[in-house]
Amino acid sequence: MSAANSSTQWCGQSVERVEDAALLTGRGRFIDDLATKPGTLHAAILRSPHGHARLAAIRTDAARALPGIAAVLTGDDIRKLSASLVVGVKAPVECWPIATDRVRYVGEPVAVVVATSRYIAEDALDLIEVDYDTLPAIVDPVAALNPTQPVLHDGLKSNLASERTFRYGEPEEAFTEAAHRIAVTIRYPRNSCTPMETYGLVAEYDPGEDAYDVLANFMGPFSLHAVMARALKVPGNRFRLRTPPDSGGSFGVKQGVFPYIVLMGVAARVTGQPVKWIEDRLEHLAASVSATNRVTTLKAAVDSDGRVRALDWDQLEDVGAHIRAPEPATLYRMHGNLTGAYDIRHVSVRNRVVLTNKTPTGLNRGFGGPQVYYALERLMQRIAVELKLDPVEVIRRNLIPSGAFPYRTATGALLDSGDYVKAFGLALQDGGFAELRQRQATARAEGRLYGIGLTAAVEPSVSNMGYITTVLTPDERRKAGPKNGAQATATISLDPLGGVTVHVSSVPQGQGHRTVLAQIVADDLGLKPSDIRVVTDFDSARDAWSIASGNYSSRFAAAVGGAAKLASGKIKAKLARTAAAQLNVAADDIEFAGGKVRARGNPDNALPFSRLAATSHWSPGLVPEENQALRETAFWSPTQLTAPTEGDEINSSLCHGFIFDFCGVEIDRVTGAARIDKYVTMHDCGTILHPGMVAGQVTGGFAHAVGAALYEEYAYGDDGSFLTGTFADYLVPTTMEVPAPVILHYETPSPFTPLGAKGVGEGNCMSTPVCLANAVADALGLDAIDLPLTPAKLAAHIHGAESTPPQQERPALAAGKGRALHGAGEAHVNASADAVWRMLLDPNTLATIIPGAHGVEKLSDTHFRADVTLGVGPVTGRYKADIRLSDLDAPRAVTLTGIVTGALGDARGAGRITLTPDEAGTRVAYDYDAAIGGKVASIGGRLLDGAAKVVIRQFFAALVRHTGGAPAKRGLFARLFGRDT
Amino acid sequence: MPRLTAGERHTVRFTLNGRAVEAQAEPRMLLTDFLRHELGATGTHVGCEHGVCGACTVEIDGVPARSCLTLAVQTDGASIRTVEGLAPEPGRLSVLQEAFRRHHALQCGFCTAGILMSLDNYLRRQPNPSEHELREFLGGHICRCTGYVPIVAAAMDAARRLRESPSDV
Amino acid sequence: MKPARFDYIRAADLAEAHDALAEYGNDARVIAGGQTLMPMLSMRLVRPKVVVDIMHLPALRGIEAGGNGIRIGAGVRQAELLAWPGLAEHLPLLNAALPWVGHAQTRSRGTVCGSAAHADPSAEIPLCLLALGATIELSSRRGRRRVPAADFFTGMMTTARAENELIEAVHIPGKQAGSGCAFKEFGRRHGDFAIVACAAIVTAASVRLAVGGVADKPVLRDFAIDDGKPLDEALDAFAWALDARDDLHATGRYRRELVRQMGRDTIEEARRCHA
Repeated sequence: MSAANSSTQWCGQSVERVEDAALLTGRGRFIDDLATKPGTLHAAILRSPHGHARLAAIRTDAARALPGIAAVLTGDDIRKLSASLVVGVKAPVECWPIATDRVRYVGEPVAVVVATSRYIAEDALDLIEVDYDTLPAIVDPVAALNPTQPVLHDGLKSNLASERTFRYGEPEEAFTEAAHRIAVTIRYPRNSCTPMETYGLVAEYDPGEDAYDVLANFMGPFSLHAVMARALKVPGNRFRLRTPPDSGGSFGVKQGVFPYIVLMGVAARVTGQPVKWIEDRLEHLAASVSATNRVTTLKAAVDSDGRVRALDWDQLEDVGAHIRAPEPATLYRMHGNLTGAYDIRHVSVRNRVVLTNKTPTGLNRGFGGPQVYYALERLMQRIAVELKLDPVEVIRRNLIPSGAFPYRTATGALLDSGDYVKAFGLALQDGGFAELRQRQATARAEGRLYGIGLTAAVEPSVSNMGYITTVLTPDERRKAGPKNGAQATATISLDPLGGVTVHVSSVPQGQGHRTVLAQIVADDLGLKPSDIRVVTDFDSARDAWSIASGNYSSRFAAAVGGAAKLASGKIKAKLARTAAAQLNVAADDIEFAGGKVRARGNPDNALPFSRLAATSHWSPGLVPEENQALRETAFWSPTQLTAPTEGDEINSSLCHGFIFDFCGVEIDRVTGAARIDKYVTMHDCGTILHPGMVAGQVTGGFAHAVGAALYEEYAYGDDGSFLTGTFADYLVPTTMEVPAPVILHYETPSPFTPLGAKGVGEGNCMSTPVCLANAVADALGLDAIDLPLTPAKLAAHIHGAESTPPQQERPALAAGKGRALHGAGEAHVNASADAVWRMLLDPNTLATIIPGAHGVEKLSDTHFRADVTLGVGPVTGRYKADIRLSDLDAPRAVTLTGIVTGALGDARGAGRITLTPDEAGTRVAYDYDAAIGGKVASIGGRLLDGAAKVVIRQFFAALVRHTGGAPAKRGLFARLFGRDT
Repeated sequence: MPRLTAGERHTVRFTLNGRAVEAQAEPRMLLTDFLRHELGATGTHVGCEHGVCGACTVEIDGVPARSCLTLAVQTDGASIRTVEGLAPEPGRLSVLQEAFRRHHALQCGFCTAGILMSLDNYLRRQPNPSEHELREFLGGHICRCTGYVPIVAAAMDAARRLRESPSDV
Repeated sequence: MKPARFDYIRAADLAEAHDALAEYGNDARVIAGGQTLMPMLSMRLVRPKVVVDIMHLPALRGIEAGGNGIRIGAGVRQAELLAWPGLAEHLPLLNAALPWVGHAQTRSRGTVCGSAAHADPSAEIPLCLLALGATIELSSRRGRRRVPAADFFTGMMTTARAENELIEAVHIPGKQAGSGCAFKEFGRRHGDFAIVACAAIVTAASVRLAVGGVADKPVLRDFAIDDGKPLDEALDAFAWALDARDDLHATGRYRRELVRQMGRDTIEEARRCHA
């Protein structure tokens, strides 16, 4: 009765996508493309410019008074109408979608303006005044554990939010007995997959039923539906969540729209009108979600032949400012897979979760995999180097042997299928590994820097909803009740003309779910994909769904595709029985093929599918109740996804693909730029349903990984300022940076999924960053290397020692100190040191020489306040300056400490000014350190140094002018600072 | 339109995909917002609003341009083409659009409109690009889904087909 | 991310543009291609009272080659200059550098003079204008003046343009017979702002190197040919003098090394081209 014996099998073919015609002609239906109700208001969000500060006061009167403003909401307003988001660890902390007492990361919402247009809402943001008492920011996760550091959350004793240790097998013995102990320490940086479409939503509130209705480009997991409903203080059935038909990419990131759903739900309730919010790119980069940064020390007990007996993991996970659901899931998603593709029976683990002043983390393609494999596969390379073994052999000797599947890992994963040794061998052979080695030898003989990297990895898919409970102790889990499984759902309905419609709760963001589901159901029902209509826009009030619904953990092909097959099978069985009665054959002898339902072996004894499918609409009286076929829903949760055991073993995912990658990378000796010469990636993702889409997932994941490895980082300054707030500083690779990888496949169908398929979309995000890093380490002979592999970082290993600066060319300003600004300079003025001294201490003089000062208020002899307009070129803004003088040594030296705050950012710095009499007056020298934060730091980091220089020069130029020195005219700076020409 | 006052809405008229259109805009309104929310041409998407990602690329007076880096009032009297104007007729795709579908050169489709508008213009001016030239030109766009491989393949394929049958669109 | 409010003036002639600048001074911003101004408006880094559109002034649209060099009007887009048939012959340095300016999709709107007006220290066009000894033609209601590029670029995004002045054109001397030139740039990605950009012009009697992306404006140095000092030493001194800083994308040390090595490569390429 299967379609296999019909001539056409749609699954396995790269059919054209049903999604594409609309998307190619501008008829997509993304959230911001859809019509809204008349009267819909638009929201904009005021965000923290500080990494860490206490909210002293928020003044919103001026903003409220602006025509077109419906509401201005602060943390207090949100608290009144909602509850904190539930936190996933046992710790007395709250997590609000807006700052309530403190801001804890740059970009944290501080106020929401709701207005008749986005333009006007942003006008009102400019009118909100916030007083921040800044606090020391904690950026480094290791430093955050230091007891002397401030604690970010009042409910916690330290910034350590969770700590667990695990032990599997006999790791201590293995470490004692093994011939070698080899370790790596890595610091995995922050990055994000930054979908091209940002977050967006329209929220409505119905006071009559106390119910929320939100349309958002959310992607799941729908476990967060419960978190949102609880935060909005309504039962789940009064929180209707819908998604638009199209979503512009997610890669996990759109999970993070959920706090905004709560925030805008409250805004809609307060204003009594629908509220629409479309995140802009600056908001997205600063404050959507980031992948976690992690500090890992991984040790191995190794035999002399490179065989790894035991691993000892120490992972310090930085989730940013809040433990926002579903974190700390990133840390536990890979728990069953901590031994990678290797047969290692003894493992110890220490997992710690730490809070810092950075954006809260969340789902991101690869989710925990990049961090784990970066440590594990760097370690495998180090083992080869330290034991002087071929890295190919080290991997081969440790791979899980052929024939061992299903294989239970030490930490509890059940690896469903595979032949890693075979796929590995095929990759080396078909990918041309021997040629690559020759290429490297040739390059090295020519003096070029050329390295080869290798990576083996297991790619988990279809997450166990219970894995996150591994963060709890067995005792805590017993109290909370076991969590497990992963319900997938699919519904098939038949319309009165016999058409087939499939509804799923998979919430795609471009993965082509509608096409593949049509293929799967067409195969099952003997139809063409064009006969099947698939609906993927989600509605929590109407669709069959569960907490596991959504588009994450690469669950579509394995779980949702499988559920669709099961739903189709249910309806098909009923139709077959009806057909059997009409065709006078046994139900087992009915087959579905070519749009007909027919007797096997007698194709003329047939009914058109559409006629049979319409029967229960038109003639239900002719159909026994058990055969009524209108709509069937399948729920499927694989039995293998059990809760964590008493021994903390967890089968964290249902399916496990295998990946083996190798690559050749050349480093430019001058620029340090890494060029990917060749990249080969072998995948076993089980049964391939659509080769074109699988290729798309691999090349797409590869591009993300190239970005993570070479270009992208969410960078923070030591003061918590966010430094990569635009696409000019957060460097997403373009077509010039991403080569085409060679893709190879080896298929071992999963025995645990209805279609044999496994996930494939995340693997290269896990394998490729470390594969490239291994190649770079090989090229440069490095023991340790962290991402991103920037040209300047690599060049530091190539350029060697630098010359000393020639005396006459010594720069006016010393070399930079990290991301703080440091400068020095001098000017000559035609006045005595005493006269200059008096000027510096006189508010009237200061008012004329501080650039753009609108009057200076003297609070004491050494404390001044001023309103200043500062600008560099066209970029001007009004600031409040607070200036103190200290360490006075009249008339020789004084230290000037200033804090300048304004809409464009804030600066704090200190400078020492020294006055030395010379033949014609006084030489005024200065030396300053400054740090700039806020908006300009996020979006103009490249220009800050020069900008600070301009402003400081303006000050001294004015001082010179004031003392009757050289008049300020064209070329003044050139003469004053002769070295700068 | 000698001087348009801030805060007031002014009529902006131009040709959109061959049709005369008009709507109201404040001087500060971006062309992206004007196309999408005043004229209802939502096929042009907004990815970054600072000119880097290329999603909003349209053709203004015959050249590809970022509509987020353009004020609506600047385009008064201009001729603008958007993705809605690419297909030769409803229900039929252009050679370039067809190539994109055939090569799976789009996934979420959010950046696609901008890439199509760039390429449509480029292939008319440069019908026989090398892969390197094409990649350099496409360097002005960010796609987060595809890894670019199928986009380059589709563009090269479309270029070849257009060379072989120049009368096709 | 939407601009604050401003008036918009579409200048019909030069006098209108001059009047607006005279009236509003620093509260007016000229928009030509808008490729740099627009993001600054949308991020509200720049909040002018009035935006003056000069792209409808026919007087500003031309590229003219004459005895004294090439005049490029303020309305000339980068793509137009790149497509100008005389470019390779008269302005080979710009011919090499223009493809590095942004992307095709921004060069199509961005103007040559707009890039000069913005004076980004990493931008290619100011670097070339400096290297080539160009002059910037400024005009206002009060008159007209020409400022050498070396005096025009005064620092980070700051120029010698007075706030009532409009850049009307840049004048670039045509290629000197027997000279060779070369341009090299390194950025993180293709189309990014330069971490270091080098422009070299070599004649029988002189070697000139201009460097962008390192100091707070493009900086030029002429190297004596016969002072007996090896070029590498002179480049080392130049690299140190540029006061390179650390930023997100590169260290000062890295920039200095690129000035030494890429600077030398650029000069050598210019020499080959000269030979």
